[in-house]
Amino acid sequence: MWRLTKIELFKIFRKPRTYIAFVAIAAIVFLVQLAFYLDGEKYMGFMMASVESAFTIEGNMVNGYFVFFIILQTLLVHVPLLISLVAGDIIAGEANMGTLRLLVGKPVSRTNIILSKFWSTCIYTILLLTFMAILGLLGSMLLFGTSDLLILKTDKLLLINRYDVLWRYAAAYGFAALSMITVAALAFLFSVFAENSIGPIIAAMSVIIVSTILSTMDIPFFNAIKPYLFTNHMLNWKGFFDRPVDKPEVLKSALFLVAHITLFLSLSIYVFRKKDILS
Amino acid sequence: MPVIIQTSNLSKKFTEVMAVDDLSFSVQSGEVYGFLGQNGAGKSTTIRMLLTLIRPSTGSIKLFGKDLQGHRNEILQKTGAIIEKPDLYSYLTALQNISIMAKLSGIYLTQKQLIQQLERVGIGERAKSKVKTFSQGMKQRLGIACALINNPELIILDEPSNGLDPQGIADVRNLILHLSKNEGKTIFVSSHLLNEMELIADSMLIIDKGKKLAEDKVKDLLNPADTLVEIDTTNNEITKLALQQSQWSQFLRPSEGIILKMHRQEIPGLTKFLVEQNIQVLAIRPKHSLEDYFLSLTTANQHVAAYEN
Repeated sequence: MWRLTKIELFKIFRKPRTYIAFVAIAAIVFLVQLAFYLDGEKYMGFMMASVESAFTIEGNMVNGYFVFFIILQTLLVHVPLLISLVAGDIIAGEANMGTLRLLVGKPVSRTNIILSKFWSTCIYTILLLTFMAILGLLGSMLLFGTSDLLILKTDKLLLINRYDVLWRYAAAYGFAALSMITVAALAFLFSVFAENSIGPIIAAMSVIIVSTILSTMDIPFFNAIKPYLFTNHMLNWKGFFDRPVDKPEVLKSALFLVAHITLFLSLSIYVFRKKDILS
Repeated sequence: MPVIIQTSNLSKKFTEVMAVDDLSFSVQSGEVYGFLGQNGAGKSTTIRMLLTLIRPSTGSIKLFGKDLQGHRNEILQKTGAIIEKPDLYSYLTALQNISIMAKLSGIYLTQKQLIQQLERVGIGERAKSKVKTFSQGMKQRLGIACALINNPELIILDEPSNGLDPQGIADVRNLILHLSKNEGKTIFVSSHLLNEMELIADSMLIIDKGKKLAEDKVKDLLNPADTLVEIDTTNNEITKLALQQSQWSQFLRPSEGIILKMHRQEIPGLTKFLVEQNIQVLAIRPKHSLEDYFLSLTTANQHVAAYEN
């Protein structure tokens, strides 16, 4: 299996499109950091305007932890698109190129082909998130220093001690990895059905956009279906930045995502094993 | 001779189209087996079923005497193939492509050994060029190198001469003959180049609309008693007259040139007669009788007839 996964990773990282996601993330992180570097105090002033009369907050509020929190909030909405670019292409792209028939005609089981492609997609996803974490967190810590993390929620203002922040980011990173692998698994499933990459990428993004809209709209009818939307659970990485952390809720969401990954992957294997390769 | 490929009542139906219909054939070890049919006759579907890319609707396939579905990996380990056009990873080099194919077949070769495989098909000097810079002919050669990388006992080639120039076609022909005669490989080859098939195939299967029309040794398929022989001399008028006044007149066919329909064995006698008559012979050509035979069997002859009218 590792032999096949290495081949898949080699193919992924030889494709120029693979690096689009890394360049995009680097650009967004750099721009957000630049904006905070030049105008961070003004942003903080605007954010705190409503509570300024009740609180006096002193210290370095525009610090590395805070900047990375803003980056995470921005990026984790858009990263699914970047992940779909690779996950949606991984089988459909081969069908489009005509190389899928070469692959399936080799003495390797179809299940192993699918699993190796899925593992390599997961590794790509984790590498992308790690890149984002290194650039976003370490870069921001170097540029802005460290201090307590101030989080403004709809109903409260939360101040997390600087020594209590890093484990939360580590946990949120793990949860984000699970969320993004769920997105990858969905795009991967669509990829099994298609013979060009555009279809699965658009289909995966459409599902995520529609589900995210449903998750964020506060309408009673939508509220009833929200618990069943995996996109709703994907946002629960923020749960690690509550005090105390609602562990059962975060665990429930994590299990929900794992169940979706298992479902999408099992369906992919089932369909691919039955599929006639006509490309 | 052990049977390498054995299909029994093989059928494949796509929604409403019967692509392959009750096809049974067998390929003996060490032979070059030609697979003929028009476009859409079911050749590629059959080849895809032999390589487990498509699941048959009914029927069975045995390769190396074993059920294909039950012993898939073991069988594919001993098989190399090109399916239709040789699509490879265009963003990778020839060397990277062939290296991937070797690893997928479970074999690990040094870079030097991989380059030797590329040299075998005449693209060794482009080993480190990206495939997207290759011509169709070079891709075809790389496809053949990839098909042979695991030193397979059975080689399945779908239109291997597609996109090749005359030199390339001759190279592929020689390679197939070499692999068969010198290395004892079994080769299952589909092509629409009838004269090429006539030159390389020991046995042949002709299909049309998914059904088997004929299967036999090439020498038995092409009835030697009906060979068309075309003669070209320095003076065709005198030659024709000489033939009309001889025992050979019965074989003459009405035409502008000189064409006789006769048993292939009679050709030496005809040659001797022409020499005895002091006729300066430029050429004696048995016509491509496989083409005549193919057209007579398949629905292709209807199209030819339409153009002739």
